[in-house]
Amino acid sequence: MNAPSLLITASPHLGAGASTPQIMWNVVASLAPVVAAAAYFFGPSAVLVVAAATAGALVTERVFGRRGTLGDGSAVITGILLGLTLPAGLPLWMAFVGGAFGIGIAKLLFGGLGQNVFNPALLGRAFLQASFPVAMTTFPPLAGAGDWWRLRGDNFAWPFASPRALDAVTSASPLGRMKFEQAGTPLSDLVLGTTSGSLGETSGLLILLCGGYLALRNYLNWRIPASIFATVAVLAAGLHALAPARYPGALFMLFSGGLMLGAMYMATDLVTSPVTNLGCWVFGAGVGLLVVVIRLWGGLAEGVMYSILIMNSLVPYLNRWTQPRVFGTRPARPAA
Amino acid sequence: MWTRLKFRHGVHPPELKELTARVPIRRVPYPDELVLPLRQHTGKPARLAVKAGDRVERGDTIGEADGYVSTPVHASAAGTVKDVCLWPHPDGSYAPAVRIAVDRYSPQAPRPRLVPDWTRLGPAELVEAIRQAGVVGLGGAAFPTHVKLAPPKDQTIDTVVINGCECEPYLTTDHRTMVEYPERVHLGLRIMMRCLGVQRARIGIEQNKPDAIEAIRAAAPADLDVTVQALDVKYPQGAEKMLIKSLLDREVPSGKLPMHVGVVVQNVASAATIAEVFDTGLPLLERIVTVTGHGIRRPSNLIVPVGMKLGDLVEACGGFAEDAREVIFGGPMMGAAQAHLDTPLVKGTTGVVVLTAAETKPTASYPCIRCGHCLDACPVFLNPQLLGQLALKERWEAMEASHLADCMLCGCCGYTCPSNIPLPQLFALAKAALRRRPAAA
Repeated sequence: MNAPSLLITASPHLGAGASTPQIMWNVVASLAPVVAAAAYFFGPSAVLVVAAATAGALVTERVFGRRGTLGDGSAVITGILLGLTLPAGLPLWMAFVGGAFGIGIAKLLFGGLGQNVFNPALLGRAFLQASFPVAMTTFPPLAGAGDWWRLRGDNFAWPFASPRALDAVTSASPLGRMKFEQAGTPLSDLVLGTTSGSLGETSGLLILLCGGYLALRNYLNWRIPASIFATVAVLAAGLHALAPARYPGALFMLFSGGLMLGAMYMATDLVTSPVTNLGCWVFGAGVGLLVVVIRLWGGLAEGVMYSILIMNSLVPYLNRWTQPRVFGTRPARPAA
Repeated sequence: MWTRLKFRHGVHPPELKELTARVPIRRVPYPDELVLPLRQHTGKPARLAVKAGDRVERGDTIGEADGYVSTPVHASAAGTVKDVCLWPHPDGSYAPAVRIAVDRYSPQAPRPRLVPDWTRLGPAELVEAIRQAGVVGLGGAAFPTHVKLAPPKDQTIDTVVINGCECEPYLTTDHRTMVEYPERVHLGLRIMMRCLGVQRARIGIEQNKPDAIEAIRAAAPADLDVTVQALDVKYPQGAEKMLIKSLLDREVPSGKLPMHVGVVVQNVASAATIAEVFDTGLPLLERIVTVTGHGIRRPSNLIVPVGMKLGDLVEACGGFAEDAREVIFGGPMMGAAQAHLDTPLVKGTTGVVVLTAAETKPTASYPCIRCGHCLDACPVFLNPQLLGQLALKERWEAMEASHLADCMLCGCCGYTCPSNIPLPQLFALAKAALRRRPAAA
């Protein structure tokens, strides 16, 4: 009898579904249409900004991370997501620095994949927002015919060449218009993405579809976006009913700004969201509440980033408070 | 009361039973040598009763029950005791075992003995006969059957549950038993109901075995309250606590046993074996085993003498396929990989699964990304994510506080983990570390 050299591994000897790198690369793939849409709306600058942020993330992961972690795809996600939160006219070196900060400070310092408390892309963006407030809030209008790469002067600005040459014609984002000019934006523009804003603040419908694919494959917990949307919709609708002139309606709140991208891709980051389903509901409700509060009463036009970062910091507590009731025990008590 | 016949969570692994589901049970020839470990059950190992050079007949006691939670071990073939030594055990250790050189050309006729007529025996005598016959739970855990059949006086048992789920992928042992020996299952159940003085029984079978459901239903006695229930195909439907939840909507309290909710659960193969014990007067000497997987040339359902070595069994099934790589005793979810072809099958071995190189699971693992899939899979609602992190830091006490004791090592968490973290293995390690901890500390 031929006797094979027997392999010894631990049970279970079967595995289900996608591995961690497969999940990550699926997220990357699902973001491709969103990046393509940004390129359609803003021209080649969009691709360059995303690429620069991704390069910053990858270089940092490679230089300071453990060996062989590039292949798990998580740094690519951070880079692309960060890029999508940036305006098209941002100098590329800033995008690169943002990606490097997101991976280096927000992820690797905490111990690498799985250990970080805050969403690395959002922390990278928060860093850029604090460091370069003007560049981060200068939104170019959509690319038109004839000026297909209008922003190259901005994109290729030298580091710290200040003051920045503002050759871009700026245009307020829908939320900025709502907040500072009390002006509305047609809903169709918001849904299709034909508005000004960050690269990923444009087509809400597309992001919904791409994120929906991930939810269907169980690569993200659908309860988080569902909870965010429900909370924002209920609060916005209620306030709108009270004072229609002061507060915008639910659909405007849902489809404007970074809410779609934030709810589908940032808040659902597996590492920085709760592990329990109940925790995910609470987490989403917290994000939704903070978004509405910041947008309507805060000093900023958009609050998705800070809402998610604040809720990220509460995740360990949410996990602890929402421990499932162990089979055969009476109603759940908080685990010590 | 409306019940959904369900337990929550669990996983849906591929069933992979088609290799042997329709293969009739056949008997294997006796090998030249049998190796019978003295520990083939949960509890205290049997006490050695023979020495090298002794003649043994088929059915002779070679190890005596040592205490109450212990069962005797019998010679499963006539022959000569070659040796008593440490031998590879299916659990991965080396354990005391009796090696028997099997008589060539022997008819293997058992020593004539008085066959007790079970209908004339009272509950206590029945339980004692089952104990003497060395019957253990044949679903895998090998818990001594007589202990379950004689609960403490203060426990009221109202229902016997027969477990015909066989939720582990690949295995068809219980399936074929139900299809081919339904009357034995019912006779064994009747005897157990008499032992316990219980009027009601439920038989739970996953609905991926329609022929078994039909056979068991057709053979059900009219004079007893026995209901056959088709259940969802979901792993681990056959775990005692899950089965009781599905069939009776009762939740066994944490740290307690099925008897604390008035239930005794027995596997179909155990029931059939009890029937056989009273039919033939012979103790538990053989069991039905599924030998399957793409790594074996002739997947089969076999009647195998206890103590047959893995290598002999593989030979009886046509040998290994070219690309065979890993051999598992039990099912792929909870079974243990074997290192030696000399390892014998024991009473609790439900099957042998031979995986090809391509089918083995990669060993590389990634950091935990806190996806929470393990929480959605755990049928007893633990937090395997947290327990896994604690295990990596060897924080055994913290794991104990997080209900590690409720973990059945069913493997659902490890099955779903995208990072391939060996969670069940970590939990088994933690349980072992906690057991080793000095009681005084």
